[in-house]
Amino acid sequence: MEAEAAKLIGAGLACTALIGAGIGIGNIFGSYLSGALRNPSAADGQRTNLLLGFALAEATGLFGLVIALILLFGF
Amino acid sequence: MYFGDFNLSFTNSAFYMTLIVLSIWIFVAGGMRHASAVPGRWQSMVELVYEFISNMLYDTVGPEARRFFPFIFSLFMFILVANLMGMIPYTFTVTSHIIVTFTFAAFIFVTVTILSFYKNGFKFFTMFLPPGVPIFLAPLLVVIEFISYLTRPVSLSVRLFANMMAGHTMLKVIAGFVISLGAATYGIGGIIPLAFITALTGLEVIIAVLQAYVFAILTCIYLNDAYHIQH
Repeated sequence: MEAEAAKLIGAGLACTALIGAGIGIGNIFGSYLSGALRNPSAADGQRTNLLLGFALAEATGLFGLVIALILLFGF
Repeated sequence: MYFGDFNLSFTNSAFYMTLIVLSIWIFVAGGMRHASAVPGRWQSMVELVYEFISNMLYDTVGPEARRFFPFIFSLFMFILVANLMGMIPYTFTVTSHIIVTFTFAAFIFVTVTILSFYKNGFKFFTMFLPPGVPIFLAPLLVVIEFISYLTRPVSLSVRLFANMMAGHTMLKVIAGFVISLGAATYGIGGIIPLAFITALTGLEVIIAVLQAYVFAILTCIYLNDAYHIQH
């Protein structure tokens, strides 16, 4: 296989990290919503944790994206 | 511009950073110029931001982190204004360069580590072993906790940088669709990606604010780790 082709395939594979990020973000917001509907009075206090969890889950997906960009433009 | 071996050119990045600092200064100093007990519109905006950061720091760390308030405030305002300024067309997003965000993150990491040593002495190392863990798990857990501590600056900087860069790249790609789809269908098909890009711009503004908030609150959480170490 040519190095150029392997680079492109690798970059595409690195983007599959976003699958996990999507599952994670959906899980966080879904769980927050179901919890908030059960106990709306406690929902406001957990908004910080919600956004924090969202950011942490999103970051793992973006690491994969960064690896894809390094593969495409760094080598 | 070269001074010896150093490249000290006044770049786009430096120009926009100056602009950001100036606009923050105008926002805060202008709002508090005729400060009164009953705030006007501008003054109440400044007070809103101040109270927001103040509450965030008090809720996550506590009153003892009072001396870090100016740092967190300027950090939050700088990243917020940098992200929002990048959303204006034809401008430059300072935070989409990893060197800028990594400098912030490395500075925070070094500050928190020094602070933790100063506050806790050699008890700092108990941080790597959470309480209530069976001792035979210690060799494994200490390594994992140590690595996760060391990746803090990387994850902190890459999160902001990748969010900004991925968002702007996505906008650029979809803006390209407007041209190519419009050219293929006599301008009618271009409406669909144009509507899409309008919605995405709104999303990007939300992300810009959210990432500034997340950066600031993670800094607060790291400070909390330094102040209230688990025994």
